[in-house]
Amino acid sequence: MYAQMVESEASNDDPDKLAEFQARIDADIKIEPKDWMPQAYRKTLIRQIGQHAHSEIVGQLPEGNWITRAPTLERKAILLAKVQDEAGHGLYLYCAAETLGVSRDEITEMLLDGRMKYSSIFNYPTLNWADIGAVGWLVDGAAIMNQVPLQRTSFGPYSRAMIRICKEESFHQRQGYDAIRKMAEGTPEQRKMAQDAMNRLWYPSLMMFGPSDKDSVHSAQSMAWKIKINTNDELRQKFVDQTVPQAEYLGLTIPDPDLRWNEERGHYDYTDPDWSEFFDVIKGNGPCNVDRLAARNKAWDDGKWVRDGLLAHARKKQAGNLAAE
Amino acid sequence: MNTEWPLWEIFIRGQHGMSHRHVGSLHAPDAEMAIKNARDVYTRRNEGVSIWVVEANNISASSPSDKGPLYEPSESKVYRHPTFFDIPDEVGAM
Amino acid sequence: MNHDEAFQQFLLRMGDNTLILGHRVSEWCGHAPVLEEDIALANTALDLIGQTQMWLGLAGEVKGGKSADDLAFLRDAWDFRNVLLVEVPNGDFGRTLMRQFLFDAWHSIMLGRLMTSSDDRVAAIAAKASKEVTYHLERSGDTVVGLGDGTEESHARMQEALDYLWPYVGEMFISDEVDTTIVAAGIAPNPTDLRDEYYALVERILTLATLTIPESRFAHKGGRDGRMHTEHLGHLLTQMQWLQRAYPGASW
Repeated sequence: MYAQMVESEASNDDPDKLAEFQARIDADIKIEPKDWMPQAYRKTLIRQIGQHAHSEIVGQLPEGNWITRAPTLERKAILLAKVQDEAGHGLYLYCAAETLGVSRDEITEMLLDGRMKYSSIFNYPTLNWADIGAVGWLVDGAAIMNQVPLQRTSFGPYSRAMIRICKEESFHQRQGYDAIRKMAEGTPEQRKMAQDAMNRLWYPSLMMFGPSDKDSVHSAQSMAWKIKINTNDELRQKFVDQTVPQAEYLGLTIPDPDLRWNEERGHYDYTDPDWSEFFDVIKGNGPCNVDRLAARNKAWDDGKWVRDGLLAHARKKQAGNLAAE
Repeated sequence: MNTEWPLWEIFIRGQHGMSHRHVGSLHAPDAEMAIKNARDVYTRRNEGVSIWVVEANNISASSPSDKGPLYEPSESKVYRHPTFFDIPDEVGAM
Repeated sequence: MNHDEAFQQFLLRMGDNTLILGHRVSEWCGHAPVLEEDIALANTALDLIGQTQMWLGLAGEVKGGKSADDLAFLRDAWDFRNVLLVEVPNGDFGRTLMRQFLFDAWHSIMLGRLMTSSDDRVAAIAAKASKEVTYHLERSGDTVVGLGDGTEESHARMQEALDYLWPYVGEMFISDEVDTTIVAAGIAPNPTDLRDEYYALVERILTLATLTIPESRFAHKGGRDGRMHTEHLGHLLTQMQWLQRAYPGASW
């Protein structure tokens, strides 16, 4: 869900090949990098995996924001390990994208100059320590909803990356819930922090699933290709249903006065996020868009001499080895 | 000149006695750093006892259209599989 | 100085070094030059935080009954016993890695000796930490060589880093009465005795890195005994200790 609003491309490939390709997907046979695939499938996947990877990397920033202020040594280690995992997940996904013919540097540049997007959620700030709990619980919780089915996605390298990610991700949501529980059961100030985090992060978490199905124009093709498994609204509902009892257990109030159980539907009714806010954030006007991109650009620019220096040394060494032979 | 670090494919032996398995890829300036990076990236949860790295450029892969000729002939050689043979129960485990 | 007092000071020196350096390295998370380095730096920081829990845990056990967290989050700058080297700001990636290398070289030699400490608890911590630090040293050493002998720019930056950090190296080898007491009890080696091995190691790597070791042997000091830290430590603690200070008694 780190891939919101991924536009899928129209295909104008040979209909026979397309039919054969679709038949493989329908039979749950994985597509591997060297297999024939429609250009549109390739392009859409690059966009989706890229956006997913960028989200992991930009997602390091709001959580990394608290590593140096974590309140205990154990919390610091847990948070650092978790944010490090996000870097790892970004890495796995970039590698999956590379099998489609776009190098990591190329795709990174597309993030840095704004040609590619990342999930809207990471343009919100983390303002108190309970946000770290809330991010793990709500944001990772929402991400997992999407990532678990994506393990079955049709493109082999993407599917394998997701399997590895899901395996590692399993501790993220639990550590988040554990951290916010400690706050919810703590002093009045800590409870206040927990509720404040809930108030700010609830709707941005719901937005992670992307716009409502009736406004989501690109889903059908992606679902046929099995690079999107569930619709946005399906996943959002599932997330709400799962999260409400967890919030109740903590004694936290979800900031939606109309939230209630609907016996007939067997689901919670909830108020949709303010979609105008969502589109603002996507357009670059979220609270942190500018800072997030600036931070990524700074790391990339500042790191250039390091990347160049280590490569230059490796080439010298290689030349020396060849000369010695 | 291309300034991007080369891509390496990483193979890890998870336990003693097992064979190396492909676990993913990463970038590194040379083989030594690729091994170190692999240790940091792919064994964060105690996953490995031995690491191989191969520069992705140096891997030759069969092409998907060869799939038939390469693999199908073995499908007919069912006698290579132990379950092909019926052994009487009285003989015991074999 | 009585034994417990000296023993605790020694443990604080070990634990504060890893605490402060681990904190510094963790500042890189999400900002490193390339993902692989980001992940590797986080591993180093995680190892150091883990070692901190062991050293400070033992320090609290030996005397005063404080937890590792109490010691990390509720002491003021003058009670910290880390060497100045680990508290200087990260600077660029080159300075961070040079600092790491200069510390790792000392750390690996020190831990090697501590594995035969007369105190079993110290020996056990050293045995675990030593495995981690052997790798830290390999990695930071390789990176220092790679960048020193890389491009013109990377070479210049590494030389600059070395020039800046070199005056902080000497403090690791100054002995005082804490050391005298500890050495007599067979708990730890005399810092002075590590010097030759250290300089031999560092010289070998820095030569491969085509870098020039500054001639001056001048050493800033004041961290190991807490007499005079740098201005940087206070800022680091302000950030690190903020939650514990602002909400005393809360549990996290």
